[in-house]
Amino acid sequence: MIHSLFLINASGDIFLEKHWKSVVSRSVCDYFFEALERATEPENVPPVIPTPHHFLINVLRHRIYFVAVIQSEVPPLFVIEFLHRVVDTFQDYFGVCTEAAIKDNVVVVYELLEEMLDNGFPLATESNILKELIKPPTILRTVVNTITGSTNVGEQLPTGQLSVVPWRRTGVKYTNNEAYFDVVEEIDAIIDKSGSTITAEIQGVVDACVKLTGMPDLTLSFMNPRLLDDVSFHPCVRFKRWEAERILSFIPPDGNFRLLSYHVSSQNLVAIPVYVKHNISFREGSSQGRFELTLGPKQTMGKAVESVLVSSQLPRGVLNANLNPSQGTYTFDPVTKLLSWDVGKINPQKLPSLKGSMSLQTGASKPDENPTINIQFKIQQLAISGLKVNRLDMYGEKYKPFKGIKYMTKAGKFQNDCHLLVIQKLAG
Amino acid sequence: MLNHCFLCRNEDLKEMLESNKESLKLEAMKRIVGLIAKGKNASELFPAVVKNVASKNIELKKLVYVYLVRYAEEQQDLALLSISTFQRALKDPNQLIRASALRVLSSIRVPIIVPIMMLAIKEAATDLSPYVRKTAAHAIQKLYSLDPDQKEHLIEVIEKLLKDKSTLVAGSVVMAFEEVCPDRIDLIHKNYRKLCNLLVDVEEWGQVVIIHMLTRYARTQFVSPWREDAVFDENSEKTFYDSEEERRVDQSKPYIMDPDHRLLLRNTKPLLQSRNTAVVMAVSQLYWHLSPKHELSVITKSLVRLLRSHREVQYIVLQNIATMSIQRKGMFEPFMKSFYVRSTDATHIKTLKLEILTNLANEANISTILRELQTYVKSQDKAFVAATIQAIGRCATNISEVTDTCLNGLVLLLSNRDETVVAESVVVIKKLLQTQPSQHSDIIKHMAKLFDNITVPMARASILWLMGEYCEHVPKIAPDVLRKMAKTFTSEEDIVKLQTVNLAAKLYLSNSKQTKLLTQYILNLGKYDQNYDIRDRTRFIRQLIVPNEKSGALSRYARRILMAPKPAPVLQSAFKDRDRFQLGTLSHTLNSQSNGYLELSDWPAVAPDQSVRIVEVVEPLFLCVFNSNRKQKNGNAVKGESRSENESASESSLSESSSESGSESGSEFDSDSDSGTGQKKNTKSKPVMNLCCILICMCNIWHPFLNITYLPPQIIQKALLLIIITKLFSIHIVLSFSNQFVASCRCSLLRLCVFLACQFDAVSWHVRVSLQASFPVFVPETSHELLHRMTGKGLSAQYRFTRQPCIYGNSMVSLQLTLSNSSDQALENIHISEKSSTGQNIHHFNAIGELHTWTCGSVLFSFSTKEDEFSVSIQPAVGELLVPITMTEADFTKEKLTWCQKANQPIHFCVCISRFAGKTVGSGCLVLVSVALKDPDAGITINTEKTVMASMLLRQVKITLTNSGP
Repeated sequence: MIHSLFLINASGDIFLEKHWKSVVSRSVCDYFFEALERATEPENVPPVIPTPHHFLINVLRHRIYFVAVIQSEVPPLFVIEFLHRVVDTFQDYFGVCTEAAIKDNVVVVYELLEEMLDNGFPLATESNILKELIKPPTILRTVVNTITGSTNVGEQLPTGQLSVVPWRRTGVKYTNNEAYFDVVEEIDAIIDKSGSTITAEIQGVVDACVKLTGMPDLTLSFMNPRLLDDVSFHPCVRFKRWEAERILSFIPPDGNFRLLSYHVSSQNLVAIPVYVKHNISFREGSSQGRFELTLGPKQTMGKAVESVLVSSQLPRGVLNANLNPSQGTYTFDPVTKLLSWDVGKINPQKLPSLKGSMSLQTGASKPDENPTINIQFKIQQLAISGLKVNRLDMYGEKYKPFKGIKYMTKAGKFQNDCHLLVIQKLAG
Repeated sequence: MLNHCFLCRNEDLKEMLESNKESLKLEAMKRIVGLIAKGKNASELFPAVVKNVASKNIELKKLVYVYLVRYAEEQQDLALLSISTFQRALKDPNQLIRASALRVLSSIRVPIIVPIMMLAIKEAATDLSPYVRKTAAHAIQKLYSLDPDQKEHLIEVIEKLLKDKSTLVAGSVVMAFEEVCPDRIDLIHKNYRKLCNLLVDVEEWGQVVIIHMLTRYARTQFVSPWREDAVFDENSEKTFYDSEEERRVDQSKPYIMDPDHRLLLRNTKPLLQSRNTAVVMAVSQLYWHLSPKHELSVITKSLVRLLRSHREVQYIVLQNIATMSIQRKGMFEPFMKSFYVRSTDATHIKTLKLEILTNLANEANISTILRELQTYVKSQDKAFVAATIQAIGRCATNISEVTDTCLNGLVLLLSNRDETVVAESVVVIKKLLQTQPSQHSDIIKHMAKLFDNITVPMARASILWLMGEYCEHVPKIAPDVLRKMAKTFTSEEDIVKLQTVNLAAKLYLSNSKQTKLLTQYILNLGKYDQNYDIRDRTRFIRQLIVPNEKSGALSRYARRILMAPKPAPVLQSAFKDRDRFQLGTLSHTLNSQSNGYLELSDWPAVAPDQSVRIVEVVEPLFLCVFNSNRKQKNGNAVKGESRSENESASESSLSESSSESGSESGSEFDSDSDSGTGQKKNTKSKPVMNLCCILICMCNIWHPFLNITYLPPQIIQKALLLIIITKLFSIHIVLSFSNQFVASCRCSLLRLCVFLACQFDAVSWHVRVSLQASFPVFVPETSHELLHRMTGKGLSAQYRFTRQPCIYGNSMVSLQLTLSNSSDQALENIHISEKSSTGQNIHHFNAIGELHTWTCGSVLFSFSTKEDEFSVSIQPAVGELLVPITMTEADFTKEKLTWCQKANQPIHFCVCISRFAGKTVGSGCLVLVSVALKDPDAGITINTEKTVMASMLLRQVKITLTNSGP
């Protein structure tokens, strides 16, 4: 399975290495650097790189490459999924997963990696178990530790690893018992130049923050579970109840976790909450181009569209853009040719627009690529698919928990690093 | 200088480690771990560090472990100092300390301690704690990689651990199995069903490993479900999902899926909903490789869902989809839009999506796809544009309807400003033209015009080749192109030069008048080229086309050699041959066999013996009983073991055996000469009775969490053992589980009833034990339909056997009828009409009818409402006509020897040995059922004087067991 792990930063330095079997020389990463050089973009490095004696499987998150060294046949997704789990754990522990954070907490990182893999096979990947073993660093604890010399390593032995519900700690106690659920939906759409939708899909998740004493057994039901076309669950959810009754029945992990992610099929008509009007033109022979963009809300059920951010990759021939936004601010990076406009909230009475001219390279011919426009936005209090939670019941414990549910819709692509969603293809 | 500093610092660390203060030691260790993480060498600190291995401070100890595991290989002698600490910890009462000691001990790669490790692993494998056993499974792999000679011993441990029933252990031990002895498929047989049943509860990483292993296993054990003729209706498939097997039998299809095969498919299906992408992929590949083709569609949605995950996940999943989509377009066609390229995708994702879109293209959707491809051509990512043009070319060749459209589109691209686009188009057009050159001379002319502006060598070479190949279609232009090439020959790339030589040769053959001089000029230039290939090719061409004395006959055929019609290239997917690898594997991703790849075998033509998977759970108790009995009572003709021989003697020999009937002969088929009852004669005349014993069992359902196989034998032994003898010389042995046991297992539903009835020789034993009716332990909740609401005009009726003693008479069975009204008006005066009841005694009541019967015949009666009358019939299962009774163990042991006679009806699986005694409600005659499980012949035995009933009961029990089993 996984032999070694190397962490490589954006400038190509190996800043951490960990071996679970015999030591593999870091020169094996040279093959990775070759691939990195060939790739035009950091994302274009192939995830699986064969070398004469090893295979390198890498993932890129937060501008850090996590390169796992494999010696023999293993399902590649197994390794990829594990590496992502490692990143999630780091993020969970340190708040961010950056080179600096990892370097500052190198001992905790090492202890974590030691617990997560044994001989290259995953051992404890549940964050609850890990947190029992190794306490996450906090500023207070760091100060206390330096003064008293106490440690990050949990004194008591992790019992979670032995239980039938490995995701939950035993002996949880809270004075305020509360369970919050966030229904977050992302619209993923491609709209062509005439404004018609090519594809539109809704991807949703139910994130939970459960702080309940003891061993509660929860059931969550939806008003309209048929909307959910395809679902995937946290391991705590009982498959059989879902299959039979369309009810989520589970003993929740303690704290934050993702209960469910779902997909609402494109067969159900997806209402696109914003529209874009645009006019981008270049005149042949002239070094000027016109740029006009207007945004407006559409089918938002009375809710405000917030945190709107528009970005577009302009053609390479564009030297500079001189634009005038009716609200918000815009930036244009002349090197990457990326135009981004932070619009803020859309006021339906006064639609935001961005107008102005672009200067082209003199003598350059009219660019023939179509710029695409990516839009990012948020709508609070609305799940665009219409999904509604019906009720939440608790069994197994006597107290009455406080329950809360929140809905949100946003444009978002699944990749954590880029939150782009509605993509518009424009005419040249 | 740097080195010096480093040494200084190490001195400093050494001092800290040797100090008395725990905090200083810890600080030092933290810095050392920092050094290790950066890849710096800290091995010289080994002696100082290893001293702290027994520290009380947990963090310090853990950091020392980290260090130890990292450097032990380099400092083997010193590492030995730490071993005794671990050996001590292996005996610690705390399971977690034992586990961590074993973990570190096995991670120290020092060959000298192999025997110690071996011992520790063997001990840990029998540890009471599943967590320690899991660690042992991990240690197996470590030891194997350290010393492969230990293989045989390790396989023994693996075999033991595979039997483990803990979900914690399952994943790790299968991993060890895959590393150490993947070829020992025989170790899996006995554990196959258990693994399938445990799978959902195993942790996610273990699931991946187990699923991959089971995929390989299933391919060696089951016959192929892929039949062309097996076309099923999707809808009915779902409705009857659970009764799949019988349905197929009913339809007498040639293919019957092994129940174990079905079990695997059924138990893996819910895992498609896992959040772990590796699990979803593993299940998908299992379905791809194992399921009947018509069931494959269940994986599509889940795979498409994975496309919304991280970039790297998408890459792997798209590759697998690309392979699948070649063979089965239909699977992904409805999800075509999921494969549309987004501007933010990475290049390798884009190319994979293109690949899939091209695979999915057919006559119906080609226009949509082409429109989408057209927008991609305008992308800024040039590598992607090139791939798109290739894809258009493939669409054009695959679907003849659009060839012309594509070709026109590609020709338009020739005037694109971007050179890569033009070059790629030229290459693709060249391939397309080869399929139908004659109609497209104008395209060739167009390309000749563009020739001057194209600088990409591959494109230039392609145009030259086209000119030469089809020079007859463009007789005027071709020589001119050659003339231009002669001018620039020396500055061209090698491939262009080669094609120039080709063009010259072909023109010389077809149009030597115009081009003779030009050709000779080019051949001369080529003769002195720097490149070997070009010089060689030039010489070869010259010899071939210019006739001289030496060349002989060959030059006469030059035209046929050079101008031979060439087959058009087939544009096909790069994923065409990937299906030789198992999907989801590293080898599949790289398209080359990687180290440790395990080939998926082809389906066997004939399925190997299925009985190897039958698990023997408990000792068949009653056999022992019979054996001991025989010792006691020699004179009696009872022989438990000889059963099989006698059985094979079968019915025909029954009469003979009955006449012999000597007790010494050991025949258990008693002659009933002296019994002389009509009952006996009856018995002989019925073929069913020829198997002297008949068995039956009653429905059993167990609690989903308590698999019957988990019952330890001692619990079975606790069960009550009773015998009852009637005046009609039947023995009824009952073994029923005590209520306490049932309660303690929290398994209120467990009910497995078995009867064993024996007939014995004509000694008249008149032992009477009062028959005490006991309460049923399990009452099924299911009710059966009596009257459907459609036929009943709104009135529907359901009945259910309550298995409670009937209050109206001991010889009646209580029956609960549920009537409901689903019409929109009230139904009045519902009653059971008297006239229709056929000789049965029904106690009338508005909603509850008691029916009395000892025959197994159906009960007919009819419902009447105000307006209508409906005739219905109840066909009770024979088991419902029995009342359980209690017998004492003493009674049983006293009599068991004398009348032992049983026949075995092998069934495919059997759960455990269980017995049930009961009497029929009507006549009070005894019925004994026993079910035994022992390899290879599990059996059900039923003894009763009522032979017809026995055979019916047997049939039902068998069906019930077969359906409810794993």
